[in-house]
Amino acid sequence: MKVKKTAAPRQLPSKLATGIQGFDELSHGGLTPNRTTLLLGGPGSGKTVFALQTLVNAARRRDEPGIFVAFEETTRQIIANAACFNWGLPSLARNKLFFLEAQLSPEVVQSGEFDLSGMLAMLKAKKQELGARWIVFDGIDVLLALLQNPITEMREIYRIRDWLADNEMNAIVTAKIEGGTSEAVNYGFMQFMMDCVIRLGRRLEHGVSLHRIEITKYRGSDFVAGEYPVSFGPAGMEVGAPEPAEIRHAASTERISAGFERLDTMLGGGLFRGSSTLITGVPGTSKTTLAGKFAEAACRRGERTLFVSFDEGAEPIMRNLASVGIQFKPHVKSGLLHMYSARTESIGAEDHLIKLKALIREHRPRCMVIDPLSAIAKAGGLTAARAVANRLIYMAKDEKVTVMITAISEGDDPQTEATELQISTVADTWIHLSYVVRSGERNRALTIIKSRGTWHSNQVRELVLSEAGPMLADVYTAGGEVLMGTLRWEKETEERARKTQRRADTDHKQRELQFAEADTRARIKALELDLERQRAELASYSRDDEARTLSSSEREHELRKMRSADPAGRATLTPANAKVRGGNGSGNSGNGKKARKEARDAP
Amino acid sequence: MRRKKTPAQSSASAITPALVMCLYVVNSAPNSLLAIANLAAICKEFLKDNYKLEVVDVLEQPLRALAEGIVVTPSLAKLSPSPPANIVGNLSDKSGVMRALGIRE
Repeated sequence: MKVKKTAAPRQLPSKLATGIQGFDELSHGGLTPNRTTLLLGGPGSGKTVFALQTLVNAARRRDEPGIFVAFEETTRQIIANAACFNWGLPSLARNKLFFLEAQLSPEVVQSGEFDLSGMLAMLKAKKQELGARWIVFDGIDVLLALLQNPITEMREIYRIRDWLADNEMNAIVTAKIEGGTSEAVNYGFMQFMMDCVIRLGRRLEHGVSLHRIEITKYRGSDFVAGEYPVSFGPAGMEVGAPEPAEIRHAASTERISAGFERLDTMLGGGLFRGSSTLITGVPGTSKTTLAGKFAEAACRRGERTLFVSFDEGAEPIMRNLASVGIQFKPHVKSGLLHMYSARTESIGAEDHLIKLKALIREHRPRCMVIDPLSAIAKAGGLTAARAVANRLIYMAKDEKVTVMITAISEGDDPQTEATELQISTVADTWIHLSYVVRSGERNRALTIIKSRGTWHSNQVRELVLSEAGPMLADVYTAGGEVLMGTLRWEKETEERARKTQRRADTDHKQRELQFAEADTRARIKALELDLERQRAELASYSRDDEARTLSSSEREHELRKMRSADPAGRATLTPANAKVRGGNGSGNSGNGKKARKEARDAP
Repeated sequence: MRRKKTPAQSSASAITPALVMCLYVVNSAPNSLLAIANLAAICKEFLKDNYKLEVVDVLEQPLRALAEGIVVTPSLAKLSPSPPANIVGNLSDKSGVMRALGIRE
């Protein structure tokens, strides 16, 4: 691919954009003013569309009137054929475009040579009347063929060239070629004469009709060489122009949800905004569900989302996703989510790309799902599909669309995907879904194979689908492997049982300890009461004793008086001492009872 | 017109409606000049005065020629009697031109 030179090599007037999507990139701006462009191509290769579209765009965008000289079709046919494009041709044909029906009807008798001098005189008059800047000679070969003489043909071609040079018009001349160029004598000469030669072609590849465009010559201008795909949309012809060689994608650090929290956690916090994610897996591994969850999450954030499904209608997809709790309907209704379903049979990958490009321009999504991208390889050959897949990802990046692509892999080994579309190298994140068969079960397993610029879990996780949506199950490892399905369930049950047991045990122990504590407290209380009682008893007893000691000493004193004994009380004290000790020793004695009674009465 | 060939021209002209034609030319172009000469010869030989011919120079009246559906020059239009006919070219094919114009020898 040639890259545009920064400095213009010659003082050429700036080019006129044709307005054909992609062609202006190929030609580095469009067509050179006041020069003639030759369009060569087989029948149905899009020559008339190219020429007419250029004319329409010039009239609509730059207000430049044009003349369309139709050698092959009638004006009515041309307008009818162009009705499938949104050009508004009938109204343009009234004031901005002039159609000259230049076909000789079959009834016209030809007698000898004729020339185009009269026609050119008429066109000049019309040009002046309209102020036309553009002229198209569509299907000039039809008229030239009537001349039946190569030399005369050449003379008339010269006549047209001179006329164009005199009248300073931007001209497009189209001519039919069948197969090789060498067939018609004058085409080589015509190509030499023209300033810009564009070839349009159509060929079948694996039963799919592929339109191609190639600029073979562009005098005084740089252009992108090579064949590029052409497709026809509502705006007319679109060229799948190559993306610039230099990749200039802004890298965002903003994270968005990949669909649900656990997956985000596995991805180290979610997907980067504007990144591309590839989900591979054999059929039935719930790739669509995962992608659907991503789309739903985007819609919930209020982001415009495009869901492209190949070979499956939007309705069944919405129904199927609803069964796992993913609701598209409200978002489709609100216009946030756009569903696009396409068949891949007999439609070339390039056509899909161009269609998707148009959809992105139209819907302006922030997030996009393509499910499954691998379907585009079905028709039209793998080489084209690979290129398309890559370009699709680059295109999404250019548009800053976060894209999630699913692809069916042949085997359970993720490496086999690499042989199909080879997009795994382009994608930023690669999630692989597989079946893990163990202990007589098939379980879905999710692995993150790569995720650029971010930490990610390297564990194989089980993907569980339920009415609440896809979930990643808790991780249980045993014997170095993540347990899944029944094994995980068993492990989970076991774990749960153990937990319950542990909780019961704890409860039991707690209660036991609480009982013991209560018991101890009760005992402490009893002992305290005992203590109090004993203190009281002791106090009352001391008072008793005093009284008794007093009375006995009086009695002794009287006794002594009676017996005239000496007053020394050593011997007499002994019985009193003994009595006191006895009262202290036991609370069951009669004295004790008396003391308790006294203690009760005391306060 | 059907009864006799060459000698019956005067009587034929009496019963045959006049041939009305229009020849579109570009006066400077060789083919146009040839066409004028060729048509004049045919008229002189077979029609005598029983015809009306208008020669339109497209350079002078381009929009008229355009409106009248002219594509190339020279171009001869037979306007009446019907059926109308159109002949393009320098009219060098004498018998072809006569057939198209409905002129019997």
